[in-house]
Amino acid sequence: MALLEVRNVTLHFRGLTALADVRLSVEQGSIHAIIGPNGAGKTSMLNCVSGVYRPQRGEILLDGRDVVRLPPSSRTRLGVARTFQNIALFKGMTVLDNILIGRHVHQHVDVVMGGLYWGPGQREELADRRRVEDIIDFLEIQHVRKKVVGTLAYGLQKRVELARALALEPRLLLLDEPMAGMNVEEKEDMARFILDVNEERGTTVLMIEHDMGVVMDLSHRITVLNFGEKIADGTPEEVRSDPAVQAAYLGEPVSVFTGSDA
Amino acid sequence: MTPLDALGGEDTFPKLLVRNARRHPARTALREKDLGIWQPLSWQGYLDAVRELSLGLRELGLQRGHKLAIVGGNRPEWVMSELAAQAMGAASVGVYQDSTLHEVAFVLDHCDAEIVVAEDQEQADKILDMLERLPKVRHVVYTDPRGLRGYRHPALISFEAVREKGRAVLAHQPRLFEEEVAKGSADDLAIISYTSGTTGFPKGAMLSFRNLLAMALALHEVDPKRSGDEFVSFLPLAWIGEQMMSLSSALALGFTVNFPEAPETTMENVREIGPHVMFAPPRVWEGMVSSVQVRIMDTTPFKRFMYERLMPLGYAVADRRFSGKPLGVGWRLLYWLSHLLLFRALKDRLGLSRLRTASTGGAALGPDVFRFFHGIGVPLKQIYGQTEIAGISCIHREDDIRFHTVGEPIPGTEVSISDAGEILSRSPSVFLGYYKNEVASREVVREGWLHSGDAGHLEDGHLVVIDRLKDVMRLSDGTRFSPQFIENRLKFSPYVKEAVVIGQDRPYLCALLCIDMGIVGKWAEKQKIGYTTYADLSSRTEVYDLVEKEVEQVNGTLPLAARVRKFVLLYKELDADDDELTRTRKVKRNVVEERYGDVIAAVYGERQAVEIDATIKFQDGKTARVQAKLPVRELLRKVA
Repeated sequence: MALLEVRNVTLHFRGLTALADVRLSVEQGSIHAIIGPNGAGKTSMLNCVSGVYRPQRGEILLDGRDVVRLPPSSRTRLGVARTFQNIALFKGMTVLDNILIGRHVHQHVDVVMGGLYWGPGQREELADRRRVEDIIDFLEIQHVRKKVVGTLAYGLQKRVELARALALEPRLLLLDEPMAGMNVEEKEDMARFILDVNEERGTTVLMIEHDMGVVMDLSHRITVLNFGEKIADGTPEEVRSDPAVQAAYLGEPVSVFTGSDA
Repeated sequence: MTPLDALGGEDTFPKLLVRNARRHPARTALREKDLGIWQPLSWQGYLDAVRELSLGLRELGLQRGHKLAIVGGNRPEWVMSELAAQAMGAASVGVYQDSTLHEVAFVLDHCDAEIVVAEDQEQADKILDMLERLPKVRHVVYTDPRGLRGYRHPALISFEAVREKGRAVLAHQPRLFEEEVAKGSADDLAIISYTSGTTGFPKGAMLSFRNLLAMALALHEVDPKRSGDEFVSFLPLAWIGEQMMSLSSALALGFTVNFPEAPETTMENVREIGPHVMFAPPRVWEGMVSSVQVRIMDTTPFKRFMYERLMPLGYAVADRRFSGKPLGVGWRLLYWLSHLLLFRALKDRLGLSRLRTASTGGAALGPDVFRFFHGIGVPLKQIYGQTEIAGISCIHREDDIRFHTVGEPIPGTEVSISDAGEILSRSPSVFLGYYKNEVASREVVREGWLHSGDAGHLEDGHLVVIDRLKDVMRLSDGTRFSPQFIENRLKFSPYVKEAVVIGQDRPYLCALLCIDMGIVGKWAEKQKIGYTTYADLSSRTEVYDLVEKEVEQVNGTLPLAARVRKFVLLYKELDADDDELTRTRKVKRNVVEERYGDVIAAVYGERQAVEIDATIKFQDGKTARVQAKLPVRELLRKVA
């Protein structure tokens, strides 16, 4: 069964159509990639799913439940977490604190009890720290645990952002260009983490990525957008050999002008 | 009286483990930082884990006389695996985890191991990929399940599953482990330590428990350790030095061994533990000094001012101590003040506050580094030895430190110099021979004397090591010189990371140097010199000028005929992955001379610069082309 079902979503910004009648279905437990040239509407799609944008038309079903009207915070509680294209961490805080913030949705002790040193507040904090340490171990960032995020290299910040998203214990993880601006070694590490998150934690991943090698290697399924429209959807092999995709990427003039695309 | 008498019959590693668990069941034996917390393991817990693992390995077919190979980083599972194998009468073989596939395959096949313990997916992958070339290997035990969940290879089994098998055996044969341990004796083969030869394939040095324990006890006599001491294990456990500390000494003397959280956190973890005992090769000590120097450049003017005023005082006190002059009251007072104001903080930063015994070995350490540590109050000593003598034959004594020597023989060890000038040593720790290599064994041990292959001489009891005997070279006019001696002096400069001196059958000496990117880069920033890559920085005239001064300084200490006339700064660092260095970072001279043949030819061809068009291979297998113009610098002051 599909964990996420996007039905006929249309998103306008005044006269500009960012997404036009897009359908998309992400299977439970899969790694699903959205690709497409610049301005194709990939990030808009992700923003619709996470709740930053509200589409004018269409439905977004999470586990069969329409979440279009829910604010981002409620969707987070339903198990949606994301990372951003431009890192959105608290730069002046330590890595540990940033990740701990990701535990917020799972914290239920109220202000008064949480303010006390002993009791449920302490128990909860210990349990949260334990989860966070598991994630730190998982993403191999032990050496920067106590470092202030702003002082870290870009590739490491990306990893910290992923760590914070994982701290939510999401069922659906949205990654917006997780490998942008990374060198080969960092990309390899990140690819391994994404695979491990998917395989060992069973988290469903929906990601936007430009590195075709990464997309083709990692994804179970790929959706291709171009100018807000879905032009292809399928396994990496199917997408690779799709003439419309080739046209969109290589800008083959003949097919565009003759409109012979699928 | 034999050296092992002090152990009262507990003359193997597993027996000592049982003894320690009996004497101090609750005392901490191992500690590992995991999930951000130092997790202690008592001697009893250590023994229980080894017992289960050992019986489990027996179920997998491990028998007396077999070998167990271990590949991985410093983790409790590593030492447990070794002890588990030894408890069943098998020997352990450590494999350097950063070795190339080729080297790993050679060692695994040569040592006849049927079971390999691999740390994680990376190491397991390495071995599974080569399994066809390793017909003897039947089981691969992995300790970290991360990423291996999807693997369905018949040879793969988890560390926990092996322990589970052991628990099943334990349920109906509760005495089996103790009986097997009791069968062991001091002269059993304990480990095979493959030495990273600078030429050819590694050779497997066979060492018995007697060899290893005699060395640990003899060293303890002159460099005592206490049972409450802390030690941090961060160097490869396949290396004899780490075996000596984390196994022989820790088991015989009962101190605590700590394992860092990850390789990147090592120095931070050292600081958290504050070890009492430390043994590390020069690069670790040099790394500490250069990290201090780099940070001082970046610190506040006040701190820099303090450092620049007080450090010379430390040096002066260290120098007085080295030359054996007594320290007057004035000196003591000044030193105490500097200790309060600077040295105490510096030691704390480096995690050396509690350090009581510190030693360096494996290569020469620069006098400046020595003076630095003695200056801030860390009693650093030089150690000398080979794998073939269980690691150590000589060490400095507390009150008699001389930079240019490696100290005096440890108790029970005799050192003498052959007619050819070779260093010979004899002790209960001289090894059993090379595994499956009778010829080499006979060559190295003759009439009980271990032939080190090092040239050296004795100087009122102290041993002075010059170079590898075969590396002593001749210029075309017959002048003898030791390239390693000169290289070490060049490397003492903080700006020079690697040095290769060339001159065999040549009219004069030249040096191929690699700059230290961290320090020279910092220096360049200070000087407002822009640069992009290592290659770019290396070819800057300003950098050449900087290094030239360093070379000139070294030349001043060398005999006229053996001075470096020209040098070139290479466009890349020498790297073990390119086969230019051994895993213990010793230069493979023949490889370097061949690879940089055109550079050398240009130097002696009296050209001003060399056009480089080379391909660099990165770790991920990609390659990049480097095109550059390497200047050849001839030293202005004419030499030779």
